Amino acid sequence: MLRRRLVDAIALLFAGAATLFGLFWLAWILWTTLSEGAAALKPSLFTEMTPPPGAEGGLLNAFYGSAMMVLLAIAIGTPIGIAAGTYLAEQGRYSKLAAIVRFVNDILLSAPSIVIGLFIYELVVRTTGHFSGFAGALALAMILIPIVVRTSDESLRLVPDQMREAAFALGLPRWRVTARILYKAALSGILTGILLGLARISGETAPLLFTALNNQFWSADLNAPLANVPVVIFQYAMSPYDEWHALAWAGAFVLTFFVLALNLLVRFVARKGLKT
Amino acid sequence: MRDRAVRYVGIPAGTRGAAGDRLFGLVTAGAAWFVLLLLAGAAVSMAWGGRLAFETFGLGFVTGQEWNVVEAKFGALVPIYGTLVTSAIALVIAVPVSIGIALFLTDIAPRWTRGPIAIAIELLAAVPSIIYGMWGLFVFAPFMAAHIEPWLNDHLGDKAVIGPLFSGPPIGIGMLTAGIVLGIMIIPFIASVARDVFNAVPPALKEAAVALGSTRWEILSRVTLPYTRSAIVGAIFLGLGRALGETMAVTFVLGNAHDLSASLLMPSNSIAAAIANEFTEADTNLYRSSLIALAFLLFVVTFIVLTAAKLMLARMDRSFGRTH
Repeated sequence: MLRRRLVDAIALLFAGAATLFGLFWLAWILWTTLSEGAAALKPSLFTEMTPPPGAEGGLLNAFYGSAMMVLLAIAIGTPIGIAAGTYLAEQGRYSKLAAIVRFVNDILLSAPSIVIGLFIYELVVRTTGHFSGFAGALALAMILIPIVVRTSDESLRLVPDQMREAAFALGLPRWRVTARILYKAALSGILTGILLGLARISGETAPLLFTALNNQFWSADLNAPLANVPVVIFQYAMSPYDEWHALAWAGAFVLTFFVLALNLLVRFVARKGLKT
Repeated sequence: MRDRAVRYVGIPAGTRGAAGDRLFGLVTAGAAWFVLLLLAGAAVSMAWGGRLAFETFGLGFVTGQEWNVVEAKFGALVPIYGTLVTSAIALVIAVPVSIGIALFLTDIAPRWTRGPIAIAIELLAAVPSIIYGMWGLFVFAPFMAAHIEPWLNDHLGDKAVIGPLFSGPPIGIGMLTAGIVLGIMIIPFIASVARDVFNAVPPALKEAAVALGSTRWEILSRVTLPYTRSAIVGAIFLGLGRALGETMAVTFVLGNAHDLSASLLMPSNSIAAAIANEFTEADTNLYRSSLIALAFLLFVVTFIVLTAAKLMLARMDRSFGRTH
């Protein structure tokens, strides 16, 4: 009995230690980003362009480029994702096609993002002959779509069937039931998916390396290489210059806390939505 | 009143909706097909882009060690080896930790702390991978070089079998560091699935074990784990799929070296890191094609791993409803 108790105590201790181990890395990484980033944070970060080596500057063009690409990706990916999710939940819920699409969608959800970047490179950059912010947005949209598909599928399926039956009984055609009633009922779930997707694609670097590339100067042209925060962080962090390192940390700070704040907000709102 | 209501449900309303229904059905089904097309398109375009490399080197592309840009010889053994070794290290770290976390969150932690701890662990997955990379390069690699690797050199470097794994200069950048960073990154993925399947074990089974006088460890090892075995393997494969394809974090701390070395402390390369580092510099068709061929290999391997994960998890789904 004593031996069993001892083994049990060790196992429980290990489980607690494992949890501490996980939290420890989170704390360490956040602390590093916070301390290094806060030290490098200056107002000029949001007013000046990315500098050449050895000079001071900011990340204005990178923030702008990232925002443009992420918004465009959401504009492209959200309708497609919601439409596919609607098919899975409403039109073909138990069909063979739906089962296959759910399966493939889950694979896409975990597919290596660098492969997605190369795919868009082959598809867009190669055919148009140049890197562009547009290609970057497409790559990000391709990462967003599976997230939106999954969350809209799941939240539509959570809508009780009575609601559909009541709407059908009023004589509404199927598409209006979906568009006017089910979307409204599933809105918080669908929004949660879009916002989590937004958080995810804001930090994605690998798919932008060969699509949007980077641009040291101010450019609002989506048909040309476009500066963006993740690739700037990558290039500056890998460089030997201290000024660039500082800027990379400042960018990392803004990026991390944007992404984490969005995640926490979404979880908080989603939980509240479920309670009411 | 009654007359109007009757007219409302009449046949004209039904036929008016038919065209809209057909259009709506077409659009949504089209979007569903589009999802399939994306995956197929990615596979075909990687295979097509890599055909030149496969034609030129044949099987030697996978078995060749030499990655020589000047002589245009490309063998992918080093990146393949690096990918496998770093992912293996990641699993060695992440699997026991994740199961420990899942156990802690389902059975041990006080109820009110479970939500916040689970969210904190999931935030580990939300941190962008480039942040892991930067932290790894500037903070963790120097820490490894200063504290962990010299110790490994001294205590394990001269042992008989595992010695060569832990000898070599303690420079911090290398497969061990990359594997540890990867391990931290995949903990949340494995832990959250493991927690969900642990929660889905029927309480009657656990209660029966309690009634027989089992300790919590015995419940885990003799009831929960055997019952959830396939789903746990699925969760591990899910984590493995993530580790294999992770790019930015590994690129920072792996060192981009094209040499095969037994030591885990030495710089190496991985498929994803090689592509990220070299693709924009690839100036010949063969070079570019070789990198795309690498991406194709990565794509195929992760597809297989993720499919296995899905199948394992689906077995669990069938036996007691959806779990994730």
